[in-house]
Amino acid sequence: MNSNAPNGQVLLDVKHLQKYFPIKKGFFKRVVGHVRAVDDVSFDIKAGETLGLVGESGCGKTTIARCILRALKPTGGQVLFRTEADRLVDMATLPGEDLRPLRREMQMIFQDPFASLNPRMNLLDIVGEPLLVNGMKDRRRRTDRVAEVLGLVGLRPEYMRRFPHAFSGGQRQRIVIARALALNPRLIVADEPVSALDVSVQAQVLNLMLELQQRLHLTYLFVAHDLSVVKHIADRVAVMYVGKIAEIAPTPDLFGAPKHPYTAALLSAVPVADPRVRSTQPPLSGDVPSPANPPSGCYFHPRCPHVIDRCRTETPALEETSPGHYVSCHRAHELVLPGIGELPAADLGD
Amino acid sequence: MACATRLIRTVSPMTNSSPLLSVRNLKTYFNLDEGVVKAVDGVSFDVYPGQVLGIVGESGCGKSVTIKSVLRIVEKPGEIVGGEINFRSGDASDQGLIDLTRLDARGKRMRSIRGGEIALIPQEPMAAFSPVHTVGNQLIEAILLHQPVSKQEARRIAIDRLREVGVPSPEERIDAYSWELSGGLRQRVMIAMALSCHPKLLIADEPTTAIDVTTQAQVLNLLRALQQQLNTAIIFITHDLGVIAQIADHVVIMYLGRVMETGPVDDIFHRPKHPYTKALLQSIPSVQAQARTPLPTIAGTIPHPFNRPTGCAFHPRCPDVIAGACDRHIPALHPVNDPQPVSCFLYHDIVDEEVAVR
Repeated sequence: MNSNAPNGQVLLDVKHLQKYFPIKKGFFKRVVGHVRAVDDVSFDIKAGETLGLVGESGCGKTTIARCILRALKPTGGQVLFRTEADRLVDMATLPGEDLRPLRREMQMIFQDPFASLNPRMNLLDIVGEPLLVNGMKDRRRRTDRVAEVLGLVGLRPEYMRRFPHAFSGGQRQRIVIARALALNPRLIVADEPVSALDVSVQAQVLNLMLELQQRLHLTYLFVAHDLSVVKHIADRVAVMYVGKIAEIAPTPDLFGAPKHPYTAALLSAVPVADPRVRSTQPPLSGDVPSPANPPSGCYFHPRCPHVIDRCRTETPALEETSPGHYVSCHRAHELVLPGIGELPAADLGD
Repeated sequence: MACATRLIRTVSPMTNSSPLLSVRNLKTYFNLDEGVVKAVDGVSFDVYPGQVLGIVGESGCGKSVTIKSVLRIVEKPGEIVGGEINFRSGDASDQGLIDLTRLDARGKRMRSIRGGEIALIPQEPMAAFSPVHTVGNQLIEAILLHQPVSKQEARRIAIDRLREVGVPSPEERIDAYSWELSGGLRQRVMIAMALSCHPKLLIADEPTTAIDVTTQAQVLNLLRALQQQLNTAIIFITHDLGVIAQIADHVVIMYLGRVMETGPVDDIFHRPKHPYTKALLQSIPSVQAQARTPLPTIAGTIPHPFNRPTGCAFHPRCPDVIAGACDRHIPALHPVNDPQPVSCFLYHDIVDEEVAVR
């Protein structure tokens, strides 16, 4: 755990967040239903920690990230953010002009560094643009700051006149991180920051993010679909399924002793990089339901191997089963599910 | 892991049989205005009947170009400039070895092999299907091309194949469009299409990269079951070492167009020899690792194809580099009679490359 956090204060508190997208049909674009992309999600992130947000495609993890940054306006709920001046503001309802000064405190790292950098801008313009937008008009000061952040992410400051095409995927992701860091943000929302990278480069970027967090007191919301990546970076992990949170727990608890059948299924589906450990358990059957037409009761019940009658009718609430471990499952107290053991170190050789 | 058991590996399948596909010193180059990109530069490997061969490598290592060369679908300006691709075509007679590099890529013989005897499961099922034809039409088209059957017969075969790969209510799904199916179903239909003509060799190009983990586990289970049932040989291309450990019998590790190391899956994962293999295995994030631990990394980045290093392509990033050898000479895949040959001067002396190929 990262203990140098400013007294572990809650930096971001998301309460009952909802984001519905209307489905329109016909000539008059009548609203015939809603896609419940995010449906009553609550969690908090303390200063200096990393919350991993995992789930399969379409579960709403990116929508949450965008709602927090107010790239999307939430349908309901609150996104309480503690500003630098130690004031709690609700990002969900704040009007535009009050929002702008807050934007510099939260930044985003995008998934695909080949799509998120303008090929016609050099590094000085890319990394310097947030500075310019936020009032740093003096070109020399801006150049100095760009050189400083490029150094932070392990790129040589001489590169600042070059264009993105001259860089590899890993280097481009470092540029994206540098741009996010330029304004000294406090919260960084990283949406699948390493999934477009090669394995040998993935490790470099993950290590860089861990190191930067310690040096700069950053707080991360780390969105990913890859559980092994999340395990390396997160203090706590939230597992999502069809717009709702299935389970939140400290990382070792979640991987070692999952309480929600979906978490357990997700863990057992990860292919282990060891040919001597071949999974023999049948994988989870069926597909993820559509958030426009979710099943009744618990959304996971049609695929759940531990389903009981109550699951079909009653939606479970997120309850704390042990300190810090929240599960939304009717049978969380009785089920004992397999987790994943920890290896002492990289096991090479015999 | 509680849900997994240790399985005894079937030791080197069918050692007495001859390879189904034997690639020798394959070179596929792209002649661009900026220079020559040696995408595949002297690759050799064998695939035996009923074997799952995994080809692993990062982007730009030439794994996709290798299989495109085997299927003879390398786009211009790419060109096979050397080497042999020997495929045992036709009936079981061992005399039927033909060199695919000598065939006309658009000729009748190659067209009957491609899709008939060697089938492909492409990476992105959404992009591989036509959105304006039903999946059934596309399946039936493939069957009619390679088998002497009537349309009604082909439709019946298509429905049977869909049932085999676990598509629920195949009689209805056959008339669905690809965009009406979920990612997992779409990939199942793709597998049904690849298997529709009972290929001897199935090439799966990152078949699970674009889909979610729970669906990936379903598709891997299906491929494993079908492979055991039909005894098809599979070349499985991926960058995911976890997937390779779960499905492959034999592994080829590639880096910048060359084979770094090859061997049985257990040896590659538990007794890796090449420094690149070792580094790659250490740098993958693992669900079994301790939470919040930095990973060992491979220094540097993959070189740009125009800036290929001299000597061994991995030497600028290699922790065990031998000055004077690795940066000047290209190591060949050695020793020849070893089940786990490596191209690395740590294991053999500098030898003449051309001699070393076989």
